[in-house]
Amino acid sequence: MKLLFEKRKTTSVTALILVPFVSFLVSLVLTALLLAIFGANPFKTFGAMAVGAFGSSHGFAETLVKAIPLMMTGLGVAIAFKLKFWNIGAEGQLTMGGVAAAGVALFMERFLPGRSLLVGALLGGLLAGALWAGVPALLKTSLKVDETLVTLMMNYIAILYSEFLYYGPWRDPKGYGFPGSRMFSADAWLPRIMGRAHIGIWIALALAIILWVVLKRTRWGFELQIIGASQKAARYQGIAVERNIALAVMLSGALCGLAGAFEVTGISHRLQQGLSIGYGYTAIIVAWMSQLNPLAVPFVAVALAALAVGGDQVQMVMGLPAAMGVVMQGLILFPMLAGSLFTEYRLSVVRPEAKAVCPDPVEE
Amino acid sequence: MKKIILGLVAMLMVVSLVLPATAQAKKPLKVAFVYIGPPGDLGWTYEHERGRLAVQKYFGDKIETKYVENVPEGPDAERIIRQYAIQGFDVIFATSFGYMDPTYAVAQEFPNVIFEHCSGYKTAPNMATYFGRIEEARYLTGIIAGRMTKSNKIGYVAAFGIPEVVRGINGFTLGVRSVNPNAKVQVVWTNTWYDPVKEREAAVALLDAGCDIIAQHQDTTEPQKAAQERGKLSIGYDSDMGKFVGDTVLASAVWDWGTYYIATIQNVLNGTWKTHAFWGGLKDNIAGLSALSPRVPASVKKEVEGAQKKIMSGWSIFTGPIKDQSGKVVYKSGEVIPDDKQLSMDWFVEGVVGKVQ
Repeated sequence: MKLLFEKRKTTSVTALILVPFVSFLVSLVLTALLLAIFGANPFKTFGAMAVGAFGSSHGFAETLVKAIPLMMTGLGVAIAFKLKFWNIGAEGQLTMGGVAAAGVALFMERFLPGRSLLVGALLGGLLAGALWAGVPALLKTSLKVDETLVTLMMNYIAILYSEFLYYGPWRDPKGYGFPGSRMFSADAWLPRIMGRAHIGIWIALALAIILWVVLKRTRWGFELQIIGASQKAARYQGIAVERNIALAVMLSGALCGLAGAFEVTGISHRLQQGLSIGYGYTAIIVAWMSQLNPLAVPFVAVALAALAVGGDQVQMVMGLPAAMGVVMQGLILFPMLAGSLFTEYRLSVVRPEAKAVCPDPVEE
Repeated sequence: MKKIILGLVAMLMVVSLVLPATAQAKKPLKVAFVYIGPPGDLGWTYEHERGRLAVQKYFGDKIETKYVENVPEGPDAERIIRQYAIQGFDVIFATSFGYMDPTYAVAQEFPNVIFEHCSGYKTAPNMATYFGRIEEARYLTGIIAGRMTKSNKIGYVAAFGIPEVVRGINGFTLGVRSVNPNAKVQVVWTNTWYDPVKEREAAVALLDAGCDIIAQHQDTTEPQKAAQERGKLSIGYDSDMGKFVGDTVLASAVWDWGTYYIATIQNVLNGTWKTHAFWGGLKDNIAGLSALSPRVPASVKKEVEGAQKKIMSGWSIFTGPIKDQSGKVVYKSGEVIPDDKQLSMDWFVEGVVGKVQ
């Protein structure tokens, strides 16, 4: 008997629905086993996690707080991945977006009266993210430099640069020496809708829909789809491949930059540590689990955010170590990601033709 | 499908049964602790956890304590602290400097919850701060380091350039120079409280630079281990690190939070809790000196005990003459640095090599 892994010729609708469902069940069983080993009641733990993430307005608001940056960076990464441009730099683009937004909020008060300060900060973040992504895009399209490495390395530059600023020239002179800029004036604060969740959620949802429309229903979107499928074919059709890649990647960076601007204007109201806490990397998981479909991104982002917020409960209610929450997140994600393989491939069992080829030792 | 739905319904029923059951039980005082690292760091969080266990043991079933570990300073902390407040905790201890603003924000929303923040400076009617003059203990360890260094170069792995850490470095250096005016204390910043790898790397850099004793203001024992592996000595902090690392740790400046936590909870239970800014020292037991390593000669031990007595009797380690790094006398003989100037200290005394960030 032999197992064969073959690519599905057509997408199976049953597989599309069943695979995530079964994967989720597998995740739950694995996690339950782990919890049982640690002497925690799995049902009580799952219940506590669900209640923590969705069971109160506070929990739900906190889930949204984490979901917003995941949505924005997830959308950004998905767009770049569509073109097979492996943008691992969402984290850095987010950080630079936060830095630029903070720069505007801290130093442009004189030129941007009232609420225009917030608009300026958001635009600053958007622009900074686009430019930060523009560098690897340009290197790739003009010199064929591998984007995976460049985007990844630029994350470290961005993070260290932001640290330099809030440890150095931007540090709050009244902060008793603790790293972090001074607080922005309230004009630069993003309005909140519920708890700490801010209007960025509406913007993120709108962007998801707009991106879907652009990709599916516009000429430019169609061109991007062709480039993603085959650059050769796209060139043959007279599509400006390089220019389009550069534009799409800058759009990707702009979304991530805006995510960073949301974080500083919506949540922390200052530039400080805690801006780069890995949203840009989780975004890669968000993009893949959404199958690069912008409409799926918000759902996946909320699910992953809920897992993180609910994960607090593992500690706070169940009294398990903090590492447990992280291990559980991994245990839940892994089958989901592995499972998505089965929507594109299928496992078939090839029975040997002659029985004698594979004698069964037990029967002898 | 039916089975799954049934299963979910059953699960919800279980949850709804369990939740009210716990809420209806007789009400002990609910106390929460928020930690920056894991209690297993053997340093800062380890000592706070010992404090928590001490309170729990002292009050038994009159109180219920919970903690959450590895909470980063920054926006995430606010979520955790608010969550405890929502869950009906009566007292919340936030045990890292960077929790100050998040704690303050949540304290505004929950006027009936008592917040206790360690090492900060912002208070509210329902938010107090508490800390200790650990630099008094550091001064004593400085005497040991000053006597026992051969290269006259002592390394100091330091977290952040905030007054708390700067005071510690100055107190330690004053202790060193009180017995050995030729010794210098070299500072390396890590910009983190808890990062075993960075802490170790910083210690190694200091050892490479010729330091033969490593002191520290971090949360783990890594700098001590790094020194030991090179055959060098060290001065511990937070906990009695000699217990974990060995007799190469000559002495440690240690915390005892239990005494304070018990007193605070007692006040809450009595209804006599009022906001405050507690800043105790050696004589209040909150800061202290560990047992000394057998490597410390008797003569040095005697010297340390003498200084300890002096401090206990009210003498300030920040009594002039004190010179700054340029050699200029900033506090004249007999003059004591006032508390507010200590709390905002952002300059190094003579003998420190390095810059406040």
